[in-house]
Amino acid sequence: MSVMNFAPEALKNLFKKPVTTGYPFVPAEYPERSRGHIEISIDDCISCGMCVRCCPCGTLSVDRIKGTWTIDRYDCIACGYCVTKCPKKCLFMKQGYQEPGAEKASVTYTKSPEVLAAEAKKREEAAAKAAAAKAAKAAAAAEKN
Amino acid sequence: MAEVIHPEEILEEIAASDLLKKVMEKKKEGYRLSQICAALIDGKYELSYSFADDVSYQYITYRLVIETDVEIPSITEIIPQALFYENEMKELFGVKVKMISLDYKNKLYRIRQETPFGPKEA
Amino acid sequence: MAKKSVIPYGPQHPVLPEPIHLDLVVEDEKVVEAIPSIGFIHRGLESLVDKRDFNQMTYVAERTCGICSFQHGMGYCEAVEHIFGVEIPERAKFLRTIWAELGRMHSHLLWLGLLADGFGFENLFYQCWRIREKILDMQEMTSGGRLIFSVNTIGGVLKDIPADMLRTILSTIDEVEAELKTVQKTFLNDYTVQTRLKGVGVLTQDQAHDLGCAGPFGRASGINTDMRKLGYAAYPYIDFEPIISSDGDSYARCECRIGELFQSMDILRQAIAKIPNETDLATPVKGNPNGEYFMRVEQPRGEAVYYVKANGKPYVERLRIRTPTFANLPGLCEMLKNTELADIGLLILTIDPCISCTER
Repeated sequence: MSVMNFAPEALKNLFKKPVTTGYPFVPAEYPERSRGHIEISIDDCISCGMCVRCCPCGTLSVDRIKGTWTIDRYDCIACGYCVTKCPKKCLFMKQGYQEPGAEKASVTYTKSPEVLAAEAKKREEAAAKAAAAKAAKAAAAAEKN
Repeated sequence: MAEVIHPEEILEEIAASDLLKKVMEKKKEGYRLSQICAALIDGKYELSYSFADDVSYQYITYRLVIETDVEIPSITEIIPQALFYENEMKELFGVKVKMISLDYKNKLYRIRQETPFGPKEA
Repeated sequence: MAKKSVIPYGPQHPVLPEPIHLDLVVEDEKVVEAIPSIGFIHRGLESLVDKRDFNQMTYVAERTCGICSFQHGMGYCEAVEHIFGVEIPERAKFLRTIWAELGRMHSHLLWLGLLADGFGFENLFYQCWRIREKILDMQEMTSGGRLIFSVNTIGGVLKDIPADMLRTILSTIDEVEAELKTVQKTFLNDYTVQTRLKGVGVLTQDQAHDLGCAGPFGRASGINTDMRKLGYAAYPYIDFEPIISSDGDSYARCECRIGELFQSMDILRQAIAKIPNETDLATPVKGNPNGEYFMRVEQPRGEAVYYVKANGKPYVERLRIRTPTFANLPGLCEMLKNTELADIGLLILTIDPCISCTER
């Protein structure tokens, strides 16, 4: 048993530089893997809705026709499950955390007009193809009768 | 390479009337109560009383399958520390446990809804 | 015969880190009986199994507690893996061990700091948390989260720790060890600390066994049990012995946890030396789980039990998490008998209570 065990350490600490940093004047450094928030490269998205189905807190929504991807960042727990599940790998984790705010708000990302136009054209083509196939089938059935 | 002790776990289904006898046996053999768990499966309660041995790491679970209106005796007379587990299953599931040594009377968890995990009224 | 009176203690109290409420029956300054009540922060996590499938539950289980978060996720995953009957890749086992031990180190350092704060040694408290910061940085570097790792998945882990990060971990734990030795000296030899801790809140081995105490709390009373001996993750490949003490007082609990800190460093060094080189990190599982399993994991606070019952649907039928504090509460009440009212705050801290994971 002894006394003043911590005194040398405490004295040393008096003259050492502080271990804390001067945040927010000195910006925080995040390591490379830091799970800050989710970003999307929206033009690669195929609106499959996989991220919506796998999200544990139901914070995502996808609109296939409008080509949008919506996230409520205040509900997101930044677990990164959607990132691992995304088939096109268009979701990724970025450094930097969601900033606090007075009210919850969601962010919507919309695909660029060119991509949207291309997708709409594709859908029209597919619809036309389906209609043609249907007509052919009907014609074949009529012929049989 | 360290020695690994991993005995096979034992799961035994017993009748509600044998419960006190089995618990007494295990206490005499020097087991400690590891946990009590309730589950509501297909309209019946499944209660698991698990005992663990600190030396051999043996894990024994006694399983009671009872109807929802059956009363079961409390084991707090034999193992006083079971009172938290019994209060928990009484409050969350609505299992009828009689003669708990310290009955919290639905105040262990301060929740608005009574028996939230219990059977839903049709 | 002095008059008995009841003093409500908590849930809001300067020394308590967690919302536990105690009704203390006191005679003069002596506590005769303590009746605990919890339940201020029941979140119903276990009932989420109806709404989240078994993969999503990994992330829910992980958020049961902020301190032993990784171990909660690991316990749940190991239970489901047992039901599937899959063997996870060797490297994933070692990675789980490394993360689990880092988690144990930061949890024990946090506890040491809180203890120092509990007996009024602010300087020591800051020193402990300063050391802990280095461990947190390691965790953020390897997993991306300072406390919640989200690296577990059914069948393995999601992220690898490359060799250069492993080397950084090794050099960091060398630094931590050197700093910890100065702290250890103060905790174990200092006169003021010893007078606050020695002989306070004694729990004998028989009492601890009867009340089913787990973890460092039970080991300080001489119960030689450590769930890591069950050989989950990579613990079969690692040499270690449970650290036990027989005094059963607050000092022994402090001694045990400091011992476990050094043991964790030893386990980390062994694991990093033995980790195999594999690129495969997770065994994919097919279909839905069907069966039930009791998984026991040694958390920083003691033995945690995960019971998973599944019936072949994507939604698990019942998930039950029995956390170590739930098992240690009866021991706490027994220990509080015949103690001074002034020691209560410190004594509640010595079981390392984690009430939010107790209530889930």
